[in-house]
Amino acid sequence: MGVKLLLEHDKVEGIRYYDAYRKHGGYRAAEKAFKMSPADIVEEVKKSGLRGRGGAGFPTGMKWSFLAKPEGVPRHLVCNADESEPGTFKDRYLMEFHPHLFIEGLLISSFALGSNATYVYIRGEYAWIPDILEQAIAEAKHNGWLGKNILGSGFDCEIYVHRGAGAYICGEETALIESLEGKRGNPRMKPPFPAIQGVWMRPTVVNNVETIAAVVPIINIGGDEYAKIGVGKSTGTKLLSVCGNVKNQGVYEIDMTISVEEFIYSDEYCGGIPNGKKLKACIPGGSSVPIIPANLLLKTAKGETRYMNYESLSDGGFATGSMMGSGGFIVLNEDQCVVRHTMTLARFYNHESCGQCSPCREGTGWMYKILKNIEYGKGKMSDVDLLWDIQRRIEGNTICPLGDAAAWPVAAAIRHFRDEFEWHIKNPEESQTRNYGLAHYADPIHVPATA
Amino acid sequence: MITFSEEKLTQVKELISHYPEGKQKSALIPLLHMAQDENGGWLDASAMDYVAEILHILPIEVYEVATFYSMFNTKPVGKYVLEVCRTGPCMLNGSDEIIDYIKEKLGISEGETTTDGLFTLKPAECLGACGYAPMMQLGKHYREHLTKEKVDKLIEELSGTAKN
Repeated sequence: MGVKLLLEHDKVEGIRYYDAYRKHGGYRAAEKAFKMSPADIVEEVKKSGLRGRGGAGFPTGMKWSFLAKPEGVPRHLVCNADESEPGTFKDRYLMEFHPHLFIEGLLISSFALGSNATYVYIRGEYAWIPDILEQAIAEAKHNGWLGKNILGSGFDCEIYVHRGAGAYICGEETALIESLEGKRGNPRMKPPFPAIQGVWMRPTVVNNVETIAAVVPIINIGGDEYAKIGVGKSTGTKLLSVCGNVKNQGVYEIDMTISVEEFIYSDEYCGGIPNGKKLKACIPGGSSVPIIPANLLLKTAKGETRYMNYESLSDGGFATGSMMGSGGFIVLNEDQCVVRHTMTLARFYNHESCGQCSPCREGTGWMYKILKNIEYGKGKMSDVDLLWDIQRRIEGNTICPLGDAAAWPVAAAIRHFRDEFEWHIKNPEESQTRNYGLAHYADPIHVPATA
Repeated sequence: MITFSEEKLTQVKELISHYPEGKQKSALIPLLHMAQDENGGWLDASAMDYVAEILHILPIEVYEVATFYSMFNTKPVGKYVLEVCRTGPCMLNGSDEIIDYIKEKLGISEGETTTDGLFTLKPAECLGACGYAPMMQLGKHYREHLTKEKVDKLIEELSGTAKN
């Protein structure tokens, strides 16, 4: 059993409610934090090495230290609970089953950043979760953890839950801020960064739900101790949401020291691929990160064991590696069609493009159209190179990272599964009745011997 | 034309108080959710104008937001909107079959409503339930691990409730 910091009390009856949470050590970190200075809390978070859990992996302590503190201007913590990256459902789990852990994290972070009004921007589709959060907020308030002069510190804090209405783009922090202001979710040009001018042009920190929850164990055990868990720059624990073709789909907490193979095949985690099927491919960090075939997933191109952490998953760069991303772990078995899967993702990004930047607005639709043609037996051989060309012209040429997020899945699918695309095009009829199958995607990789 | 009850107006006031003074436009999306619920699941121009009036903003500021977000329907929908997710992870677990089955069973295509006005089929993109696929959103809640049998039962139940 690995270390559990966030889901330690996952099996405790009633942990969703205040009494059980408090009985099991809840709000102890808040008590400790209110005896510290805000600057010391930021320092602990810096020492912990915590990296943003939304997908980008930016060091949280550093993000916090960028927050401008002009005299007389209120500043805000805004929590990004817009979880919309396909394959990702870990924040939902935290909010639904551990709302007080989340509220405690929000409280400590608000105190550290000096946010008297903190907002939780939650995706509109999670329509039942605001009720859970609002109940937890009411319980916390009733017990003196929110409201005026918390624990006699002179610090006031209110937490407001704000529902979105269905837009993946609002997971991008400046689009989220626009949306919170009651506008379309169009990302802003940066600079200025939200830390200087965020919501209502006030200094703002936007953090993911899991990042905020992780602040609780960091304060409890101290930043140094937290940093000892995990490996290298992948400190602490990470939640992974697993879906696709594995026996035990769901949310897991890992300490980032286990191998990908153990994660997929051990009964403690995914439990292997059901029905005796073989592993074909995996998208390890949410739909935007590169898909890699089985043989590059379990071992790196150098033939070394691949581990479930930021560095190891990205070993080899985009040529032979992928990314930890948001922790949305999508597994494809030998029966799955990479062309069809990529087509659904292209449709997704086309649907979700806000339309501000031409490369993304036009490119995502064009890629979807071509992929649809290939999938339905109407592809041309030149389409594969055309797809490659389009994705290359989207990447890096847009205001926000949605362009990259739409380009990478297509690029990686062509990079590693080009022959599957070509097979579709050469066999327009056969490809409508059967899939390409496992082919060579799980074959051992030849590692050149070094002298 | 909708008008909020006294109780709803108190809720509106409370919502607006969450945001700084003069920034009441921030309550727009929450208010549009309320208006859509009040207006039978969709937003017509009069419902949007009503929200604009409450927030003291221009109607165009409401229209541009209502048309941006996928949860807001700007055309009438059935009493029950079946929003079936079809993105990658759900597709891997058979969402295409579920969508085809619903189409066949209800005799409607994607985006259409049954002639009795009961059901609308609205394919959706990732709803964050990838580990519990295939799934659909029905009103405020998710129906997960869908099978054809579960779809049968659900449609039967909803049709029955509507009759009574």
